[in-house]
Parts: sequence; structure tokens; C-alpha cells
Amino acid sequence: MQISMTVNGEDITREIEPRVLLVHFIRDVLRLTGTHWGCDTSNCGTCVVLMDGLPVKSCTVLAAMADGHAITTVEGLATGAKLDPVQQGFMEEHGLQCGFCTPGMMLTARALLDRNPHPDDGEIREAISGQMCRCTGYATIVRSVKWAAEHPAAQETTGEEVTA
Amino acid sequence: MTIIEEHPANPAAGDADRPIGYGRLQRKEDPRFVRGKGNYVDDIVLPGMLHGAILRAPVAHARLVSIDTSKALAHPGVKAVITGQDLLGLKLAWAPTLSADVQAVLVTDKVRFQGQEVAFVVADDRYSARDALELIEVDYDVLPPVVDVRKALDPGAPVIRDEIEGRTDNHIFDWEAGDKAECDAVFASADVVVSQEMVYPRVHPAPMETCGAVADYEPIDGTLTLYETSQAPHAHRTLFAIVAGIPEHKIRIVSPDIGGGFGNKVGIYPGYILAVVGSIVTGKPVKWMEDRSENLMSTSFARDYIMQGEIAATKDGKILALRTNVLADHGAFNATAQPTKYPAGFFHIFTGSYDLQAAHCKVTGVYTNKAPGGVAYACSFRVTEAVYLVERMVDILARKLEMDPAELRLKNLIKPEQFPYKNKTGWEYDSGDYATALRKSMDMAGYDELRREQKEKRARGELMGIGISFFTETVGAGPRKHMDIVGLGMNDGAELRVHPTGKAVVRISVQSQGQGHETTFAQIVAEELGIPPEDIDVVHGDTDQTPFGLGTYGSRSTPVSGAAVALVARKVREKAKFIAAAMLETRPEDLEWEKGRWFVKGDPSAGKTIAEISMGAHGTVALPEGIDGNLDAEVTYDPPNLTFPFGAYICVVDVDPGTGHVKVRRFIAVDDCGTRINPMIIEGQVHGGLTDGVGMALMQFIEFDAEGNNLGGTFMDYLIPTALEVPNWETGFTVTPSPHHPIGAKGIGESATVGSPPAIVNAVVDALAPFGIQHMDMPCTPARVWAAMQGRPRPPI
Repeated sequence: MQISMTVNGEDITREIEPRVLLVHFIRDVLRLTGTHWGCDTSNCGTCVVLMDGLPVKSCTVLAAMADGHAITTVEGLATGAKLDPVQQGFMEEHGLQCGFCTPGMMLTARALLDRNPHPDDGEIREAISGQMCRCTGYATIVRSVKWAAEHPAAQETTGEEVTA
Repeated sequence: MTIIEEHPANPAAGDADRPIGYGRLQRKEDPRFVRGKGNYVDDIVLPGMLHGAILRAPVAHARLVSIDTSKALAHPGVKAVITGQDLLGLKLAWAPTLSADVQAVLVTDKVRFQGQEVAFVVADDRYSARDALELIEVDYDVLPPVVDVRKALDPGAPVIRDEIEGRTDNHIFDWEAGDKAECDAVFASADVVVSQEMVYPRVHPAPMETCGAVADYEPIDGTLTLYETSQAPHAHRTLFAIVAGIPEHKIRIVSPDIGGGFGNKVGIYPGYILAVVGSIVTGKPVKWMEDRSENLMSTSFARDYIMQGEIAATKDGKILALRTNVLADHGAFNATAQPTKYPAGFFHIFTGSYDLQAAHCKVTGVYTNKAPGGVAYACSFRVTEAVYLVERMVDILARKLEMDPAELRLKNLIKPEQFPYKNKTGWEYDSGDYATALRKSMDMAGYDELRREQKEKRARGELMGIGISFFTETVGAGPRKHMDIVGLGMNDGAELRVHPTGKAVVRISVQSQGQGHETTFAQIVAEELGIPPEDIDVVHGDTDQTPFGLGTYGSRSTPVSGAAVALVARKVREKAKFIAAAMLETRPEDLEWEKGRWFVKGDPSAGKTIAEISMGAHGTVALPEGIDGNLDAEVTYDPPNLTFPFGAYICVVDVDPGTGHVKVRRFIAVDDCGTRINPMIIEGQVHGGLTDGVGMALMQFIEFDAEGNNLGGTFMDYLIPTALEVPNWETGFTVTPSPHHPIGAKGIGESATVGSPPAIVNAVVDALAPFGIQHMDMPCTPARVWAAMQGRPRPPI
């Protein structure tokens, strides 16, 4: 079947098998590998993307269900070299370690700040409670989101791309 | 939230605040991760790549009667189906484990645990590979399983490893440490003896990224490139050379960005080997990524110790001795990953942080029809089990003596002047100031005030608990005279090159799974050479690009590889002195070092920076005799001893008397990891480990039913703490450098995972004191807590 959607602001149309999950569509078809996969049961939230601005677990959405919708992945957070404050906040406050849950966490944070620009700790914890992180223990993620709330104007990034 | 740091909390204030060396520094790896530009194994796509999937056994114990792959092979997307019989022909059906046993790569004779690998499908895409699994027909003759470890050694118990000639039982090993006679004598004459059986249940590290590999075998020149989720790429390369018979110089292991390891990615799993076989058979690259259930059901579990503990003391609270008998469930294959001489890992540090007169432990390892593993989940080679045992026993003793558990600990902690301290099972603790750390944690917690609050609440029928644990870790394995894994000495190499313009690259043998090596190791070089961390690239995770070493687990990166990096930088610094002397037309002994430059003693204006020296080394400076034209060096570090980080943890819980739900209200952690390199990263390591502790203490375990069905095979059943189950961590630190480590660092990666579970359980048991509860096994789920409260209800609840 043919599906069309907007991904990170770009209109795309692809032919797919009806059963393809959105996470596999994003990763394997569009080759946007910033969206990760972590469980089969909608528990871990590693695969969170935004659909029309709201977080969805893309392992539990068929690509076909995204037909006609706007998807934002982690690759769509920054504007050129200009990072989203959430991305900057995660670097400032050590909101990530292995980086695997990070894209989903940041997208949920973005969606939270879009509807609640000044969340308290409890609201941040509630917002990310559908997502698991095995490295950080969450406190630094909470601080990262608060940093972003306190710095709504995105900063010019100075961080150099590092390859290993 | 209390965060005590020696550096300000604003790391982005500008270059002036960036440390040239140790201090809080944003991570060099973060820019790629926040952009979604990490490169994990499943992100790798090679031209013509195929996808593998594993058919797994639905039962725990069964004879394999027949397997019919014809329908799967007829699937249009399928390129190959590999069975155990195929592997027998290749002599790859069985692979050596890290504990001198063998493990089936694919079942040839008998299924030995639910989820065991039965067949491997290689297909055009991941969906086709999964579809084809459904088309394989297998006939099993189901056998009675050994599920209860306590019955594994019963006469007449089914023999799991009957493929081993002459084997008539499920016994693997007995192992002892300490002097039994001496210990028994102390127990016989002690005023007070208390005993308790406790279960450290089977848990799983469950990193967010599951295990996987992309194998690319090039038949023309016989080279294998294997991208895999590995915490130990060099050790894996050597083992692949031995197992698969591919010459080692033809194997390149690349461990790219890893989505968390925690010990889950130390071993070599059948899936990795099958990806290689799939690539050899099809001539194409083959990717295999396990799903979450495969990860939880088949890869390395952790713990699974039943510990019978006994502690002896005088009636005024001097702890005299500790002894324990342990029954260790190793699953169907003995695949634990620890130094060869220590089948129970470092469990024999179970004397903990106390000055004892005697100690003895005996560990019996047995086979059961469960997945193999045992050493994983940030356990520092089973220090988790050891700390849990001693810290629970000390709390039980405090209850018996009607002493405050903090007071009892303060009375018995090893004193600063006793270091280096030799314990009763052979460890030599390097350094420590234990009482200071415990007092600091009590100050941060407001311990006396908490006890007052608890007393008031108890009078009102509210259940509040305060739990303490004090732990000593033993990490940084290890000295080659004592330690190896499958014959490989536990040393690590480092190579440092300073380029002509003064920028540098350091190549290390350990591999980050999120610990921030690219930052920390650059900071070590920066501290030693005085060039900024951003001018130093850290290369790791690729056997073609890095020196040999045993990898990252057991909190060994900073203690071993960090030492190697400090020493290689010092070697470069020393070489730079000779070149600087030539450039300054003076003698090396007339030069003095300040961070970043050599200068003439008494004339600070006459000096050369590392960058100037490096340009000179690579340029036309007339070099002294024996000095070649570069600023490079390499070392391999053999640690003289392990390092012994320690910490004092206090947990405050509230228990809902109606539901048994435990809420961790506060958690105070004071850690001492010796010299601190990047406090931000250290704090992050501690936070992660504390969260592990909440998981293990309150919600996680892999349980089995009577048929051997794994009941913890999804995140619906195996629970991971979310942001709502953990508090805002309160961290502090003391600094007691290791005397034998070049920079005094001890390691921090696993301290909190090791130290936190007993603090939480001690807090829960403390909360339930009105019910006369002496002990409760992990996890303290609402159901268990509620049941415990029903046993002996006492007023006022």
C-alpha cells in the first residue's frame, strides 16, 4: 500500500507492506536511525516520536496509521546547527549516558514544554514515566528538561561533531 | 536535592571554566547522541545485508526428536536455515564458555532451557526471517526439568548435562574461602549468633539496547568484520579466533556505540556466532538483533544465590565472624564471566567493611534448566551478593542486640589506620576512611531527626523505614599473577600520539557503553600533558584501531585502562623533556614541568609547550641519541592490586499499610571512588546504580514456573523503575585516593548497584519492625510486603 506523511517537515510517499510498524518504517525505509527500538510490548518508550506534536510509541503504531500525519523524529529537533533547548539541556545537565533512550526522552520533553513551558519536577516525571532509562536514574533528565524550560531560546551549538 | 561538587553547576559558562584535566566537563560524545547520530549495531546497514532470526525452544528440557526446515527454506525471502546438525559438521555446535564449560550454539541433542537456540534463519529482511521461524517444524520429547535449585542435587534429579561422559548429577563446583576451623571456633564461643537464609533472586541487566551483531565475512581474503554489542572486543576477537578457527589477524571486531551494557554484553552469545556462520554460508553480511524477550530469556542473567548467613558477635556489639553457605544457580551451562581462579567471582569479599576475627564461605554451583549466566548487572563479579549478605546480617544483628544499625556499623568499621587492611579471605583493601563516609551520609540524611520522625509515625500506626548499607567494592581486575579470563591476563593497553600541532589521539582497549570514556580518558591525558580535552580524541571499540586489553566490566575501565592512559601520557611527557632540552639547548635534568610545558629551572620564560615540542619532534630539531622523531608512546598496564571503592547509603521508605506498596522517599548516597575525574559523570554513574537498586529491591526478578517456563520474559513482567518510582537522589562524596593507582582513582561504575539493594531492603524491614519481621527477600513487591504484614499483626496496626 502507498502511504504519505510529513517527516521532519518533509513530505514523503512510500510503498509499504501494510503490517510494517512505524518504527521500522522510520529506521529501515527512511533510514532515520535516531529513533530506537527497545521492547516488543510498548513498555520502554525508546521508540517515541511525535505524531502531530504528541508523543507516540512508534513500535505500537503501524506506518499506515501515520498516513496523512506529521511525524517528528530526533533528527527533526535541531534547526541546522541550532539545537533545540531540550537537546542543549540534555548536554548541559548530563541527561544521557548511552544515548539509547535519549531521542525518545527529548521528544517527550519537547511535547511537554510545548504545552507546559514551566513544568515542575512532578510534571516532568509524569511526562516521561512511559519511558525507561537504565543509565541515568532520571534525576538528570528532569534537570535537563528544566534547563530547557529556563532557556527557551535555542543556543547556537558549539559542540563539534565527534566521531569514534 | 543535595549535590556536593567541587565545580560549579554551570558547565557552559565558557572556556575559562573548562578544566584542563579533571573537573566537570560536558561529554564529547553527547553532540552526536542528542542529534540522533549515534551509531549502534542495529543502525549498521551493509550492501546486500541479510537478516537473521533465531528459533527458540518453547520448553525447558526436552530431547530434540526431529527438525524439518523444508517449508522455511521454501519461503521466497529465505536464504538459509541453519540447524545444530549443520553446526556439528562445522564443529561449531558447541562453544567454550568463559568458565571452562561448553555451551550449545544450536541444540543438537537436548533442549536445556526455555528460549534456547534451536535454528537460525537468514532471509532478505527482518520480517521474512521472523515469518520463516513459524515454518520450521520441530518435534520435542519433553523431559522433567530441574527448576528448583534446592532439588538440583537430589538423588534421582534429571541430569541436565548428560552429554558429558560419566556425569551423573548437576553439581558444578564447590568453592571455599577463609579458615573454616578458625571461624567455627569463634562462633562456638561467641555471646550472640544470628542466622538468616536469604535469596538474591535471578535478575537481568536489561540494557535498553538488546544484543546483536552484523557479521561480514569476506571469502576471498578470508577476513571477518564483526560489528557487535560487545563490552570486550579484544577478548571476543581472540575467542572467535579460537572458536571459529579464523586466524586472529583476519578478524576485526567493531563495538560501535552501545546502548548500555551492565554486564549483559560481556559474553559471546550463540546469536553472534550464528551471524558469522550465516555470513559464511550465504556470502553476504548478516545482521542479527535479538528482541526484548530473547534478551531477557536467553542472555546473561545475574545473581541467583541462596545464601545461608550467620554472624557472631559479643553482647556489646563487637562483630567477630561471618560465615555462609551458598547455593548458586548457574543455569544449564556454566557461562559465568569472571577470573578463572574464582568460580564464585569476588563473593569472598563478603566480610564487607568490618574488622572481623574470622570468616568462611562455601559456594556450591549447580546446573538447572535455566538460561546460563550469573555474573552481570553491574555486580563487580558478585560483590553485589556479598554486600547484600553482610549488610543484611549486620542489620539483623543490630535488631537482635537492640542497637541502632548505624551505631553497630560505626563500632565495627575498619579504621583508617588499619589500611592496607588484609581481610580474612585474602583481600588487601587499599585505602579507606569508612567512618567519615558513614557520618557524612548520616549528616546529609539528618539521621537522628529521621529516627525521631519514625518514632512519632510508629505511634500513629504509620510505616516508615530507615535503611543503611555500607559497602566496600573490589574492582579493577586485575593483577595478571592472580587473574585471567580464559587464559587472557586482565591487563589493558593504551597508545598515545601527539600530532605535530599538539593535538592528540589516545587509543584504549576498553569500550564505553555510556560511561563517557571519550571524555574521561581525554581528561586524564589533559591533566597529564596540559593540553585541553577537546584537543584529544579517544579511540575505542575497534580491534583494528586499538591496543589489546580485556574491556569494560567489573568497574575496571578507570582502575586499569585509566591507569594505562595516565602512564602513557607520562611516558610522552618524559620523552617531551628530552626533545625540549634539545630545543632549548640545555640538559633534561635542568628542566622543570608545569602543566603543559617544560621550562628551564630558574628561568620560566625559557620553555616549550607540548605543541611546540611535538612540532619539534616531527620537524627538524636535532634529536638526542635514542629519541625518535615523534611524540608517541604505548603501555600495557598490569595493576598491582585491585581498588576498593566504598560508600555509605541511607534509604528512607514509607510503606502503605493498606496495600504494601513501598515508596522510596529519600536516598542519600556518599561514595568514595578515590580521585575524581569528572564529577558530573561520577554522579550519573551513581544515579544509574541507585535506580538498579530500586529495581532489584522492589520490583525485579526472573521467576520460573514448575515446568521451567520463564515468567519474566517481557517488560510487562520484568519491571524496570521509571521516573515515578525513584526519588531525587541525594549524593555526596569523600575522597580517599588509591595508593597504588597512578592517579589515585578507584572506579565508580558499579558502586551504587552493589551498595543500594541492602539499604532499601533494610529500610523496608525496618518499616515492618512492628510486625516482628526479621527479613524479607527481594523483590519487596506490594504483595510480599502485604503478606508479611498479615503474619504477625501487632498493635497499633
